[in-house]
Amino acid sequence: MLNINNLHVKLEDEDKAILKGLTLEVPAGEVHAIMGPNGSGKSTLSYVLSGRDGYVVTEGEATLDGASLLDMDPEVRAAAGLFLAFQYPVEIPGVGNMTFLRTAVNAQRKARGEAELTAGEFLKVVRAKAADLQISPDMLKRPVNVGFSGGEKKRNEILQMAMLEPRMCIMDETDSGLDVDAMRLVADGVNALRSPDRSFLVITHYQRLLDHIKPDVVHILSNGRIIKSGGPELALEVEENGYGDLLAEAG
Amino acid sequence: MSDLAVKPIDEVTPQVSGPPKAADALEARLAALDLPRDGFAVAARVDALARLRAMGLPAPRDEYWRYTDPRPFNAPEAQALPIVGGPESPLFAARDTLTLVFVDGVFDAAASDDPALDGVEITSLADAGAGHWAEDLYGTLEAAGQSPVRRPFAVLNTAAARDGLLIRVTGTPSKPVHVLHRRGTDAADAVWHHVIRVEAGAELTLLESGTIGARSNGVIEADLAPGAKLHHIAAKRANDPKVGLSHLFARVLDEASLKSFTLAVNGRQMRHEAVIDMVGDDAVAHVAAAVMGDGHVGPFHHDDTVFITHAGLRGESRQVFKKVLRNGATGVFQGKILVKQGAQKTDGYQISQALLLDEASQFLAKPELEIYADDVKCSHGSTTGAIDDEALFYLRSRGVPRDRAIVFLVLSFLADALAEVEDESLRDEINERLDAWLTDQPLN
Repeated sequence: MLNINNLHVKLEDEDKAILKGLTLEVPAGEVHAIMGPNGSGKSTLSYVLSGRDGYVVTEGEATLDGASLLDMDPEVRAAAGLFLAFQYPVEIPGVGNMTFLRTAVNAQRKARGEAELTAGEFLKVVRAKAADLQISPDMLKRPVNVGFSGGEKKRNEILQMAMLEPRMCIMDETDSGLDVDAMRLVADGVNALRSPDRSFLVITHYQRLLDHIKPDVVHILSNGRIIKSGGPELALEVEENGYGDLLAEAG
Repeated sequence: MSDLAVKPIDEVTPQVSGPPKAADALEARLAALDLPRDGFAVAARVDALARLRAMGLPAPRDEYWRYTDPRPFNAPEAQALPIVGGPESPLFAARDTLTLVFVDGVFDAAASDDPALDGVEITSLADAGAGHWAEDLYGTLEAAGQSPVRRPFAVLNTAAARDGLLIRVTGTPSKPVHVLHRRGTDAADAVWHHVIRVEAGAELTLLESGTIGARSNGVIEADLAPGAKLHHIAAKRANDPKVGLSHLFARVLDEASLKSFTLAVNGRQMRHEAVIDMVGDDAVAHVAAAVMGDGHVGPFHHDDTVFITHAGLRGESRQVFKKVLRNGATGVFQGKILVKQGAQKTDGYQISQALLLDEASQFLAKPELEIYADDVKCSHGSTTGAIDDEALFYLRSRGVPRDRAIVFLVLSFLADALAEVEDESLRDEINERLDAWLTDQPLN
């Protein structure tokens, strides 16, 4: 599924390396978590994979199902099956949530050579999925993320994920700003999407989210590299002891 | 009777204080016009001509014309500017409206609906004789709007307009009055002057659409009695090269409400002035515009000049102006809120914003507040910015192609101005048309 090999990334505007030889493989159907101290490069990884401007790849590669991601425009990556749930979903006044979502779904279908959904078909699907995430019809009608609470914004991200049915989902600190109930709702939404041909890369600061979304593998990212990988117990170890021991161990 | 009724124009003694060259230019401009010499409102026309000769035409050095070149409006003849693009259904055409057609500024009764409609009396200016009710109003709001700033082209309009609509609203008509403009010739120099009197508690929606002349000069004088409401929405055809001037003069009495929205997409050189006198207490006046200009389609210069005077208590005014500019397009905003002494509890708001899609375009803004009352709330803001990269990335990361994402962000930027269109179905129609125009001419 997702293969990242020796990825080196620096900022476009300044000569500052962020990722320094990151290698990672997420096979189909697995959930991998990435944890790491502030500034270790977690968000940069999610942005580089999804194609945000402002970063330069100086070495290495990243492929999704064998296709090189790094030369694709963001919308092409999306159509190829990549999805990034934003840490801070963007508000877009004046553009209806439904309009946006339907445009996105149909643009991806068109790019993949699939038939576009009619308004009726789309409505039926979106209503059902919104109900599962406790997203009200009113939230669907409102402008994208405008006036949404932190929890509503994150649920809206999961709704987009559910509608777009990506193969590879990257979640950038989706738990930030969520209360316990909202976190459970989001986690339920994610768990409902787990399937043998869909993978997740869950970036988080806290072990708590991983209680709800059980990872197969946990990676510790520090200073632009994966310094340790292990099972779910690695997240518990971080929760108890912090990163100090792991960082010391990695030298 | 006036001198004008009996003397040709060149025999009327000019009362000019300016340099001879300017006076010559004005006389040349006047000579090219076929000034009405009798009939409806002749006294107001004579008065206007005298006022115009006293003030002269604007010069590029005039402060009020600092950002917009008055010369295309000063020239005696209009320049021929052929329509570009194929046929296009005018906005509002599919609605149930009372449609009144103007060709090059002249009312075309045969092409129009029967103007009979409950709650409103409509006469064309050309058909109105001496003694018509609108004679008392014609030119008066325009004349009152000449201070403290002179607006010579509105004066010229009062003197020269041969047609327009005289609308008296006495109730709440069942449908909007829709002025549909058509262009007859490529060099059309269209001049029209509407007088609208909305009586106490009455309400009118006035729509304007279609294709105006290569050069145009339109004036609306709107007099709103206590509790009256006027919704005015002007959305002309996109992409037509035109040199256009418009003036909206309004007097708003107690608890009356005026809402005026303009949509402009490409063109050449336009200036819209709104001069609103909020005389009554609890009066409301909103003026807004959504403007898009692309220098690749043709030269683009769009000027909104607004002057709102609060004279009554608890008045609420809003100015919301949004311009999307690219490829060397220029947007201008000159907006003023004047709060007179005693106009306490005024709530005045003004925002002008430009979205520049490249570095070749420019936005020139002159927001002004002048306040003589001590218990008021007035705010103004002006911003110039580019497409938000974060929002663009967000949309693209969902699979929305870049061109489409930019259309979304442009519509998003304009949304606050469109929100000033109160009627949801009208707002949706304008938004859909904007979307279609943007999709046809990708703004990437």
